[in-house]
Amino acid sequence: MTTAASVGDLVSQPYKYGFVTDIETEKIAKGLSEDVVRLISAKKDEPDFLLQFRLRAYRQWLQMETPDWAALGYPPIDFQNIIYYAAPKQRDKKASLDEVDPKLLETFDKLGIPLSEQKRLTNVAVDAVFDSVSIATTYKEKLAEHGVIFCSISEAVKEHPELIERYLGTVVPSNDNYYSALNSAVFSDGSFVFIPKGVECPMELSTYFRINSGDTGQFERTLIVAEEGASVSYLEGCTAPMFDTNQLHAAVVELVALDDASIKYSTVQNWYAGDEHGVGGIYNFVTKRGHCRGDRSKISWTQVETGSAITWKYPSCVLQGADSVGEFYSVALTNNHQQADTGSKMVHVGPRTRSTIVSKGISAGHSANSYRGLVQIGPKAVGARNYSQCDSMLIGDQAAANTYPYIRSQQPLASVEHEASTCRMSEDQLFYLQSRGIAFEEAVSMMVSGFCRDVFNQLPMEFAAEADKLLALKLEGSVG
Amino acid sequence: MIRPDANVLLEIRGLHARVEDKAILKGVNLTLRAGEIHAVMGRNGSGKSTLSKVLAGHPAYTVTAGTVTYRGANLLELSPEERARVGVFLGFQYPVEIPGVSNLEFLRVATNARRVQLGQEELDTFAFEDLVRERLTVVQMDPAFLDRSVNEGFSGGEKKRNEILQMALLEPLVAILDETDSGLDIDALRIVAAGVSQLATADTATLLITHYQRLLEAITPDFVHVMAAGRILRTGGRELALELEERGYDWVDQELAALELG
Repeated sequence: MTTAASVGDLVSQPYKYGFVTDIETEKIAKGLSEDVVRLISAKKDEPDFLLQFRLRAYRQWLQMETPDWAALGYPPIDFQNIIYYAAPKQRDKKASLDEVDPKLLETFDKLGIPLSEQKRLTNVAVDAVFDSVSIATTYKEKLAEHGVIFCSISEAVKEHPELIERYLGTVVPSNDNYYSALNSAVFSDGSFVFIPKGVECPMELSTYFRINSGDTGQFERTLIVAEEGASVSYLEGCTAPMFDTNQLHAAVVELVALDDASIKYSTVQNWYAGDEHGVGGIYNFVTKRGHCRGDRSKISWTQVETGSAITWKYPSCVLQGADSVGEFYSVALTNNHQQADTGSKMVHVGPRTRSTIVSKGISAGHSANSYRGLVQIGPKAVGARNYSQCDSMLIGDQAAANTYPYIRSQQPLASVEHEASTCRMSEDQLFYLQSRGIAFEEAVSMMVSGFCRDVFNQLPMEFAAEADKLLALKLEGSVG
Repeated sequence: MIRPDANVLLEIRGLHARVEDKAILKGVNLTLRAGEIHAVMGRNGSGKSTLSKVLAGHPAYTVTAGTVTYRGANLLELSPEERARVGVFLGFQYPVEIPGVSNLEFLRVATNARRVQLGQEELDTFAFEDLVRERLTVVQMDPAFLDRSVNEGFSGGEKKRNEILQMALLEPLVAILDETDSGLDIDALRIVAAGVSQLATADTATLLITHYQRLLEAITPDFVHVMAAGRILRTGGRELALELEERGYDWVDQELAALELG
């Protein structure tokens, strides 16, 4: 549990990641066209199959319209007013960290992600992505000894093109939705993980995304493949400086689990959320999907969403293999004028597939927080089971919480359960805890962590305490 | 037990308080000395629950005049958590449910906050288990309640026992018990009353706020105060409670009317 003192320490810095690194950046001109797509591909010296993949996605994107079904309100995004590629100026990524600009290392140090040999996190390998490019990946050699590939996706395109060609876009087709098409056309970097047959990844893998430039969009692409019997736990973290303009972040994450493989994907999302009046902040439009391709495979999503002005995100599982398992554990916290429309999709295709959804929404200030989820049971999913639990907590009397569960079953021998609840953190509950000697901040923190316990228990241990603190910090001043 | 030379623990002088725009307390005077048990009686709306909330520092109430001195210091300057830590305890009429927060963990954090104030060592989970199991006997509470969320799904009687358990752990010097008897059946009432009696020592003062004199059959007060319209109208001994029981509260209204006319 967070102590009163540590909340106090945190409170003095409302968003401590809001700084900008002063570094020379190579940017292309604003706007999007076929030429820009070709330019990005050329800058990355990509093979032709990838250029064709991008161009196809771009043409599909042109035909599509922005989705308007989410419970979100924001002015139309001017896609011609965004820079689609920005990279800190440095020579091509080198094996040695000595060649990385010290300013970049310093930036990640400040973010609590030390990359240098002496200080790096023990037992967590990190890929650090700055604006559009990956600048360093730690522990690569150690992982390679186990046959594990962990590198930036640009590097993977060069060194393992056959894997990229085999798997990229097979879970989230480029025309899946407006933002996945956009991402497929212009994605610049992200992480690639490949765990070969029978290997249990010996360490936690983690990617840290940092947006630095003011008018740049970040379009990262992550692909994780676990072969038969392989397993991996992966965590992503994200922060951005404070700008008074909105920045677009449209990522695509694809997970593939073959027979008996298991992938655990955790996110602690702390993009800049805008100020207390709702000015600035990241627009976070993300498509995340896992494909349980093999029998008895398992994909588990855990997310703690605290940042972004707008979050539009539905980490999903397609449960194709027989007896495969999908899980989604989510805490989404909105404060001030933040808006979140988030949830999950569990698509049961194979027989005896099982899925669990546990969603905890916390809305404070003037924010709006919606859970939107789909549970679909196909005709062949005999004996499929789903359990969903969606709880909302309201803080104050200006915040909104909505739950939109969609259930479609074409299989009579399947079972789907949905439970939902809404509660309010009341002045009386806080007063009760205070009247027993518990400080206000600690009282808030106790109630929020109690509410989120089912989800925090799913996070890798190193990050559970961090998530707890993050929530307490985000709620400062929102109660009473 | 009345000892005129005993230390004054709590001194309330000319206390006025309002909630939103409504004045509720209009000049309360009350002195609690160590070893004393006081009962404040009155109709609903007389201000007795407000008095307990103001003493505990509930943010919805604003003190507009008067003083409250606790062991020589200004109680009103302290936050609710500080009041608890220095030894002022409020037993709630309606203890709230707090889903997700473990009762055991809550009790431990609260107990440690008080212990730190007293310069004692904080208890780890194991040491605390021992303490809490010992204190459970005061209210004959089933240890299973420790593993549940704070008050969640507790019956009225279980909630009140949980309140007295907190009092047994925090060992306050001034305990204010707001309608602790309400919603209790006769057995639960006896257990809770026995717990309160056991915790009332020569060093502590107890303020029982109650509507009925039923509780006072189980806990004998040294003083009985009758409250009406935000003031203490009359103070007496045990017999005053019996008089109220016999005559009802109507005479209080008459007395109040006479007072306001005069």
